[in-house]
Amino acid sequence: MNEMPNIEQANEMTASKISADKVQVYYGDTHAIKDVDIEIEPRTVTAFIGPSGCGKSTFLRTLNRMNDTIDICRVEGSIKIDGEDIYDPKVDPVQLRAKVGMVFQKPNPFPKSIYDNIAYGPRIHGLARNKSELDDIVSSSLQKAGLWEEVKNRLDEPGTGMSGGQQQRLCIARAIAVSPEVILMDEPCSALDPIATAKVEELIDELRENFTIVIVTHSMQQAARVSQRTAFFHLGVLVEEGPTQEIFTNPKDKRTQDYITGRFG
Amino acid sequence: MSLPYILLALLILAVAGFFVGRGKALSSANGDPRILHSLPGYYGWNVVVLTLVPSLLVLIVWLIVQPAVINNHVSSMISEETAAASSLDLVMSDVARVADGLDLAVSQGAMDAEMANSIRTELTDVRGRLGQVGVALGSNVTAETLRAAQSYRGWNATGLLFRTIGVLAVAVLGFVLGVIRTNPDFRARNSVETVVRYILIAAASIAILTTVGIVLSLIFNTVEFFRLYPATDFFFGLTWSPSFGGGSELGIVPLIWATMYISLIALAVAVPIGLFAAVYLSEYATPHVRAIAKPLLEILAGIPTIVYGLFALLTVGPLLMNVFGGGGVLGVGWMQGASSVFTAGVVMGIMLIPFVSSLSDDIINAVPQAMRDGSLGLGATHSETVKQVILPAALPGIVGAILLAASRAIGETMIVVLGAGAAARLSVNPLEAMTTVTAKIVSQLTGDADFASPEALVAFALGMTLFVVTLMLNIVALYIVRKYREQYD
Repeated sequence: MNEMPNIEQANEMTASKISADKVQVYYGDTHAIKDVDIEIEPRTVTAFIGPSGCGKSTFLRTLNRMNDTIDICRVEGSIKIDGEDIYDPKVDPVQLRAKVGMVFQKPNPFPKSIYDNIAYGPRIHGLARNKSELDDIVSSSLQKAGLWEEVKNRLDEPGTGMSGGQQQRLCIARAIAVSPEVILMDEPCSALDPIATAKVEELIDELRENFTIVIVTHSMQQAARVSQRTAFFHLGVLVEEGPTQEIFTNPKDKRTQDYITGRFG
Repeated sequence: MSLPYILLALLILAVAGFFVGRGKALSSANGDPRILHSLPGYYGWNVVVLTLVPSLLVLIVWLIVQPAVINNHVSSMISEETAAASSLDLVMSDVARVADGLDLAVSQGAMDAEMANSIRTELTDVRGRLGQVGVALGSNVTAETLRAAQSYRGWNATGLLFRTIGVLAVAVLGFVLGVIRTNPDFRARNSVETVVRYILIAAASIAILTTVGIVLSLIFNTVEFFRLYPATDFFFGLTWSPSFGGGSELGIVPLIWATMYISLIALAVAVPIGLFAAVYLSEYATPHVRAIAKPLLEILAGIPTIVYGLFALLTVGPLLMNVFGGGGVLGVGWMQGASSVFTAGVVMGIMLIPFVSSLSDDIINAVPQAMRDGSLGLGATHSETVKQVILPAALPGIVGAILLAASRAIGETMIVVLGAGAAARLSVNPLEAMTTVTAKIVSQLTGDADFASPEALVAFALGMTLFVVTLMLNIVALYIVRKYREQYD
């Protein structure tokens, strides 16, 4: 959006990690995302908020081309990560997804051991040359996800046997293990209780040091707690984007104001 | 009244009951169905149920009990000498035939009812008279048989009369009771649903009782067999050479060996092909291809096994002969005839492909999309996802599918009869003809088998063995499939 002063915007342009320009997404004949332009800063948490069906999850999924797995989905416009167009035919979506990891709404650990869950990505991408390097990756990923102390003695137990909150942090650790630059989170706490949610939010805040994080959330409190920047989507349109503080205290658009004060959505 | 007429009468009564019950319910509520506890139709159904169910039960019991009672009475009239001369059963069937003949003669007007009851063998040529109306009797009718037959007729007529009266009385009673009970407060819906529940229970029990009956009949005959033939010789004997003249060797080992061997070859063919087909269909095929290919594959499952047998006999067997036979492509001469373990195994494998693929396809589809997303989101390719996430997650279910296919293979008969040969043999060469448990059950029971000889009874022991083996495979398969289900629920 072009509502910020020019100089500030220019600074952002040069520094942004992801920049989307006139992005359109179609599901068959449905125009799900319309003309979205957004700059996402590195090493920050950007929250996408908006009512259900507003396209925020769809847009999130275009950032690592997860929408490619849906046959009828079509994306237009350009999305650049580090200045490189990810929809360029030369780009391998599989490689892209290693760089732009994803955490889903429902914790989805594989029905394998905790260790194998974390080691899955590194093994596929050949990140470890031997067993001890793989062990290091597993332990450091679990440490970064704040799960190490809880699971270090039961790495060979199935990941599906953990609690919901632990499972979700396992999925975050699994995403970290392939050393992505960006982590996309699609309502990561919607299936968790408040205590598990607090732990995951704390984790997200710590991860900001090393990763660029984009999080879709239905909870405005959560957006306010974890994010530095917030983007509000409505009916497939990016209505407003800016520093979280500003969006929540002084929204420029009427629709944003209505949404955050709970008048619709 | 004969049976069809009784049933017709019950039906008419029931239909009338429906309308009477519904009408009474409506009129008792002054035409306002909202006052009624249940919808008006339920009151009608309630009368139908009360009319039909008890009367039909009485009818069924009567149909079972009456012949037994009459037989008992009449057979007491047969003297000991007659019973000793031939068997009582034979005499009784003669009696029944004469009684039927008299009935027929009366109905055709060749005799009047009075005459049928009073004729005596001393005065009339009964056999000749019955012959005129088309009832041929094997021997002359003795006085005793005729008297028994006349008494049989008498009893039957009385029984028929009381049956008609009894059944209709119960039906009318039920009808009246149903109509009396119809008032707006009566919970017709609940009582109809209770009856429906009992009908469902009855249906389920019939299925289970039939299984129990099958098992029991197998067990009795198997026990009978082991009384005549030592169990150790049966289970550990290495030779199968039955001869109805006596001195048979009835060792199951060669048959079990061939059964397992053929099943193993069948699974070696069916599992990879079926599994790969399932992976393709569920993971890679476009919805359009899938919509066409899946039903086509399942058509294989609908082909009668005898057709597969012909395929084995006429196509696969000669084909293998051309490769491995004496004058074949390889010139090795390993194969003596078209029938072989390999022929039957390959064809059976083809038959099993749809079992494996269809079940595996369902199981692979049941793996949650979240698993695929999780793997793809980590930068795995589609085939890595299939290999490392989906197949391991679906593995227990796939194993279950394979075990179900295996128990099918073990029980298969026609393909084996036509494709594997008839000689029982213990050999490791898959190109030799062997024969399986099922094929031998068929051959032991066809022809003039004396059911008291071990050579015929062995079929039941074979069947029992097979039953136990497949039952265990099925239990293991069900256990694995159920355990798998719990994983995602």
